[in-house]
Amino acid sequence: MSNIAIKVENLSKAYQLGQIGTGTISRDLERWYARVRGKEDPFLRIGETNDRSSKGTSDVVWSLKDINFEIEQGDAVGIIGRNGAGKSTLLKILSKVTAPTTGKITGKGRIASLLEVGTGFHPELSGRENIFLNGAILGMRKKEIQRKLEEIVDFAGIERYLDTPVKRYSSGMYVRLAFAVAAHLESEILIVDEVLAVGDAEFQKKCLGKMGEVSKGEGRTVLFVSHNMVSIKQLCNKGLLLTNGTASNYNEIPIIINDYLNQNKNISRLDLVPVKNRIIDVLSILLKNSYNIETSEISVLEPWSVTIYFQVNEEIRGLVCAVGIVSLTGIALKTTWHEPSDLKKGKYAVTFFEENSHYATGTYLVHVGLSKNKENIQFIEDAIQFEIVIGNAQLNKSKLDYSVNTGILIDQMKSTLKTND
Amino acid sequence: MSNQQHDWTIEAKSSLFDLKLNEVWAYRDLLGLLVRRDFVSFYKQTILGPLWFFIQPLFTTIIFTFIFGNLAGISTDGLPKPLFYMAGITAWNYFADCLTKTSTVFKDNANIFGKVYFPRLIMPLSIVVSNLVRFGVQMILFMMMVAYYHFVIGAQFSFTWAIALFPVIVILMALLGLGTGMIISAMTTKYRDLAFLVTFGVQLLMYATTVIYPLSTALEKYPAYAWIIEYNPMTPIIETFRYGFLGEGSFGWVSLGYTTGVTLALLIFGVVIFNKVERNFVDTV
Repeated sequence: MSNIAIKVENLSKAYQLGQIGTGTISRDLERWYARVRGKEDPFLRIGETNDRSSKGTSDVVWSLKDINFEIEQGDAVGIIGRNGAGKSTLLKILSKVTAPTTGKITGKGRIASLLEVGTGFHPELSGRENIFLNGAILGMRKKEIQRKLEEIVDFAGIERYLDTPVKRYSSGMYVRLAFAVAAHLESEILIVDEVLAVGDAEFQKKCLGKMGEVSKGEGRTVLFVSHNMVSIKQLCNKGLLLTNGTASNYNEIPIIINDYLNQNKNISRLDLVPVKNRIIDVLSILLKNSYNIETSEISVLEPWSVTIYFQVNEEIRGLVCAVGIVSLTGIALKTTWHEPSDLKKGKYAVTFFEENSHYATGTYLVHVGLSKNKENIQFIEDAIQFEIVIGNAQLNKSKLDYSVNTGILIDQMKSTLKTND
Repeated sequence: MSNQQHDWTIEAKSSLFDLKLNEVWAYRDLLGLLVRRDFVSFYKQTILGPLWFFIQPLFTTIIFTFIFGNLAGISTDGLPKPLFYMAGITAWNYFADCLTKTSTVFKDNANIFGKVYFPRLIMPLSIVVSNLVRFGVQMILFMMMVAYYHFVIGAQFSFTWAIALFPVIVILMALLGLGTGMIISAMTTKYRDLAFLVTFGVQLLMYATTVIYPLSTALEKYPAYAWIIEYNPMTPIIETFRYGFLGEGSFGWVSLGYTTGVTLALLIFGVVIFNKVERNFVDTV
């Protein structure tokens, strides 16, 4: 079995929750004392799985727990999971940004990891200087960059601005340049975290094309994290599904996507535990249908509502509660918010009513955000999910098919029909 | 195809003394580019550009001459006051810059460190080398002052053979700043308090070093407390520096040897603790 590119064995990673600061010295001493006596670390022992919606009893949470898998050379692996399932942690460990708590990874070949585009770009330096700097940070030698300079500049399409400081670049140019540098890194293994969420559609296509070329054409191994099932399906042949920090499956990509979609049904309610020292805590978020019944299945065209229960811990002015609706494939559909409000200490509930529901059948995610003066207080990605299903009303109108898949919205445009002889 | 099963391993724990120096060597180009970045970005969009490197030591010298030399009347071992102070300031600044910048290396680079891996040791090393450029420029200023006092004013002082030790003391300063800075940087990832202590502490430490007074005066006036100054590893460095360039100062092989010992000990401890913290600091910073 010499064509294993990455082998992960019993990989776990624990994080300490809450504030790190006061009391850490005494805690560190306690841990050190336990280690000296050959005992287990007293603060790791009580760890539990990473389920953010349930109340934990300890300060330590396992972001990853006993992960095992093997990736063969040349595979393009999509890493899928809900938010907080441990995808980012896994990528961070694979790219050596942070060390695992237990376990071991062995592998073959140079790793290039793109957890972010443009890491280390300096705004004052020119495009050319930044290509060299960024390339070197990613592990390229000067000669190697020199050799590829033309190709990189060409891919990014910035010939004219090569000697302009990057702070004058448009954000699109900036991202293009950054991706171009990373894409031309000669590595056997490429790790990419949702960087494709940036840049215009044309460039995203170019990136995906480049990544496809890298994995299929050049036989390199690619690990790719994304919420966008469309691009994952397009790019990857294998998939790893993470659920609450454990690897629930490693298989062919269609199977994994299916698993993921099934896993995500019926999440109509999210309960959260208040965190110390926060101005506002979201307590729960729930979805109701038009009969005010908590559910995660809504019929096509049926009104529904989302309610956010939260507590204000100290008086706040100008609080904005917002809700965003995103399709399961990662397409953002809608943003809505409540007027800025001044609130005293206490518990509140804000409800958003979708009275003209236009969503086509399928699964949708709800993001919830609380902010003040455009600054985030709390942002809960993928808080709840619901499914738009075909209801009785539609089944009876048998002449129309509501399970169309030509759009995410079923929204009737004004239409006319005339003879045109 | 190689018959090796794998060529890298990521593990929970690494050996304490696995300093990954071969990796650092593989990334040497990055070191050069970081130094260049620091230098270029320092004077971009400034009018005076690299001249700023001159201004700070020049003004400090003027102020020290006025306050400590004239107002307080502290002895300068018979040397022209501005020369005496500038020698101390130039050397001290290099050490202090290395120390303070290294001590915030994790905090300053949390963004990069959190996103991409390269041997972290490159960062502090680049700081030390960047500051070396700055130190070099300030040495030019110092040598210009020396020439001015020697040829124009005709002050009585001369180089001594100890000037040959100049490269040694530069390396010692760099490593001492690096080692101490790395120890502090490793500790500040968890205990932020230390960050406040550093700027303040470096200032205090300057007064416990022979920057504004000669060691001989300290020994003479406060024989009971002079050990603090003598045990300060920076004192022999500055004394040697002055002795070499200006011919005055208390030079001794024992004290220089002592400094070398302390420097190496701090450096090794610093690198080890830095490498240990580096693996997980992203989680706590």
